[in-house]
Amino acid sequence: MARSNKPLVWSLFAAGGTVAAFVLPALVLITLMAGYGHAPEALNYETMRAFAGGWLGKLVVFGVISLCLWHAAHRLRTALHGLGLRADRAVAVAGYGIAAIGTLLSVYYLLRI
Amino acid sequence: MIEKSLIKPFVREVPRTTWYLTRRRDRVHMAQELSSVFIGGYALLLLWGVKALAAGPEAYQAFLTSLGSPLSLGLHWLVLTVTLFHTVSWFGVTPKAMPVQIGEEFLPGGIIVGGHYVIWIAISLFILFVAGVFNGG
Amino acid sequence: MSYKTIELAILRYRPETDQAPWFQDYRIPCEEDWVVLDAINYIKDHLDSTLSYRWSCHMAVCGSCGMMIDGEPRLSCKTFLRDLPEGKIRIEPLANFPIERDLVVVLDDFMEKLQRVKPYIIRKEARALDQGEHLQTPAQLARFMQYTHCINCCCCYAACPQYALIPEFLGPAALALAHRYNLDSRDQGREDREEVVASNIGIWDCAFADACSVVCPKHVDPAGAIQQMKIGSTIGWYLDHLGLGRKKT
Repeated sequence: MARSNKPLVWSLFAAGGTVAAFVLPALVLITLMAGYGHAPEALNYETMRAFAGGWLGKLVVFGVISLCLWHAAHRLRTALHGLGLRADRAVAVAGYGIAAIGTLLSVYYLLRI
Repeated sequence: MIEKSLIKPFVREVPRTTWYLTRRRDRVHMAQELSSVFIGGYALLLLWGVKALAAGPEAYQAFLTSLGSPLSLGLHWLVLTVTLFHTVSWFGVTPKAMPVQIGEEFLPGGIIVGGHYVIWIAISLFILFVAGVFNGG
Repeated sequence: MSYKTIELAILRYRPETDQAPWFQDYRIPCEEDWVVLDAINYIKDHLDSTLSYRWSCHMAVCGSCGMMIDGEPRLSCKTFLRDLPEGKIRIEPLANFPIERDLVVVLDDFMEKLQRVKPYIIRKEARALDQGEHLQTPAQLARFMQYTHCINCCCCYAACPQYALIPEFLGPAALALAHRYNLDSRDQGREDREEVVASNIGIWDCAFADACSVVCPKHVDPAGAIQQMKIGSTIGWYLDHLGLGRKKT
């Protein structure tokens, strides 16, 4: 019986879930306000460029996007299995693949700011 | 004398696609699992925003404008509800995963959960403040 | 004069004659202080001696009388009739186990898994007799005390959706017992158990549905035990892969 390598994706799931729990409600509220035409001041182009221009801003944005994607990928894998989808390997590859691509893209875009 | 074994165990089948519908507890669990869809979806929205930010002012403005579409607004309300649901259920289980033993006693779960809410409110207010939500006008 | 008359629908299965289980209805007088086990004993004593079921202590310490009562896994000796809703009480054998006869299920799978987690104190070197007994402070005892309360009733296995879908899953009680020994200051066997506990059919098959802890009649909280082991095993995994782990003996 080999020790599982699930700790890797589980730790990303746990970190992502924690980040999502603490920051997503406020972020969703902000983009919701922007949708209604009352975008908070800091959402303007110059301020956001300045924020994402610094290394701390890059780290924060990268952390939130990437960890939430890994959280969703792992949890959705479990959920789909519970919904009767038995092809766990395929679901895992697809889900983690999307999270990986999203992670790489966020690095790519952030490095261009 | 028993000539053939009387044991013929009966295995009850579990309905693989609908088992969670019967009990409320199982429905809530499945809802928690599926909340991850909306969290992942919102992360992709943020990724799209970062892409637009990197592309330039026109692309970024187009992104902000698209947030105002009826579809976006509808989804936002749904995502807001789901993320709050996630926060509440995530915090609720922290005492189980991280019990705090002090001497022979354990810290009451309510304190651990309550502590998370205090930090959550502080972080949320900080994010909203930094974003400029509280500036008049 | 009895308190009232109640109706029960009990799932029957006789392997020598039945192709599939079927419900049999019973109508009996009962007393106000009865538990479900009292009702079943009345049926056996007065109406139908062919009804088969397990029970022993009648006080929620032996773990024998677990069964599905109105769809929930419960100890029949701990479920008071007065706490159940009006109407026919539905009684079935524990879910997720093969039915042997009537309310008796085949528990071999659980018994085998219990042994696999090595639920006993493991020492790297045996303690010499003249060293005396292991000493343990009340705080050290409190650390694992909760997980010693398991009476192996298997209600948690009947509630666990993962065990229902993945028969290989070690399951809540076995894993909680592993955690009990891992937390015991006298034990040095955590690494020995990790091969099984940290495998894909151990803690990593758990989806934290928490149904096990909800139904546990002794408040063991196996879900909490498993989540704590996930954290511990994850830290161990990173340490191992970063070359900072303990040497494998």
